[in-house]
Amino acid sequence: MSHDHDHTHDRGHGHDHGDGAGHAHPPGQRHPFQPDLEDGPYTWHMALTDAVAALLLEKGVIGADELRRTLEDIDAKSPADGARLVARAWVDPAFRARLLEDVNAAAAELGIDAGGIPIRAVECRPGEHHVIVCTLCSCYPRLLLGAAPDWYKARAYRSRVVREPRAVLAEFGLELPEAIRVVVHDSTAELRFMVLPERPAGTDGWDEERLAALVTRDCLIGVARPVVPPA
Amino acid sequence: MRRHHDMGGLPAGPVERTEHEHAPWEKRVDAILRLLVARQVMTLDELRRGIEELGPGAYDELSYFERWIRSISHVLLEKGVVTVHELALAIEAAKARRAAALACPKTVAQA
Amino acid sequence: MSAALGPGRKVRVRALAPPGHCRTPWYTRGRVGVIEALLDREPDPEERAYGRPGLPALRVWRVSFAQRELWPDYAGPAHDRVAVGIFEPWLEPLEEAP
Repeated sequence: MSHDHDHTHDRGHGHDHGDGAGHAHPPGQRHPFQPDLEDGPYTWHMALTDAVAALLLEKGVIGADELRRTLEDIDAKSPADGARLVARAWVDPAFRARLLEDVNAAAAELGIDAGGIPIRAVECRPGEHHVIVCTLCSCYPRLLLGAAPDWYKARAYRSRVVREPRAVLAEFGLELPEAIRVVVHDSTAELRFMVLPERPAGTDGWDEERLAALVTRDCLIGVARPVVPPA
Repeated sequence: MRRHHDMGGLPAGPVERTEHEHAPWEKRVDAILRLLVARQVMTLDELRRGIEELGPGAYDELSYFERWIRSISHVLLEKGVVTVHELALAIEAAKARRAAALACPKTVAQA
Repeated sequence: MSAALGPGRKVRVRALAPPGHCRTPWYTRGRVGVIEALLDREPDPEERAYGRPGLPALRVWRVSFAQRELWPDYAGPAHDRVAVGIFEPWLEPLEEAP
């Protein structure tokens, strides 16, 4: 598997990667692509990670098989599953109601495992747009959608989107008229949020697969809206 | 007083839309945490508390999963699941495994 | 005390400043909002963070704040809001009906 890991980490919060713990490279330097081993130097934190894993396996706290399965599960998650839920909700009002009631149960109907943490959908309607954040850490429905983007976890987004959501959305290219109410959801509790965006005009008669292709990860966070590509 | 991780509303620069695919070691951190939570060895609140207790310097300087593995290892130490000395030896063993893997040309394609 | 809380109730987030782990964002403390819904029932994160079970579970309310209540100089329209899950012990019901 390729991983063009450029060591930016979640540097969106404006630091210079000065971990002082074994990184020999200057801040921001890109590592050459290496297909097999971890790219870059083997940092103290990587060694700590492997040490913790080895001890937990040795002590039987976790098992090798479940560790492998969990890694496979992490790789299997993607925003495409969230997009499928949205597309179904757009074509099936009863499913939409069930999705708004309980995302995890609705996902199970489509054979999607949304994980053991409850997820709530917040619905964009005409005149109301929703966007999610976690100002205290970086809570995200990752058991459904996979890993959060780096910017979601970084200082700029977490600090600003509750204070000046319209400016932040504009940085994502989403300019909302003042007539549309913006509601920011700060994920402070254990449950997670996903955005159920509005179905865009010009999609009458589209099948679910075609509709799902309009729903990007950013739409599910609320920093974008589904857009019908020009014909 | 306001704690450093509690940043909602503070001034900050533009959102840098950086993204990177998670490296294998970052996914291992994630997998370890998921299993520890599933086994009820630790909770997400303990993970968060451990990250918050890294203090403002480390919080901003470490990468996301560096913060996680620091917190996880501190919680495991507190709970007596591992000892400092065990971790010390296991870190050295991990480095040695890595060096051995690097020495084997089959497993690495040096760019 | 908890009987007074419910959807539609105007509440103030208690302006507390403990050390240690909690899940009440600083920017909401002392601010007035309206309970929209019961979001969840969850073990107390302030206990669970220290290895204790945090039971019985607490009610977590979705409290909706006007942006201008949180930030008096908010630049956008008055109808913009922030919705935050607040654990019940942090909420003080206000007498006045919303």
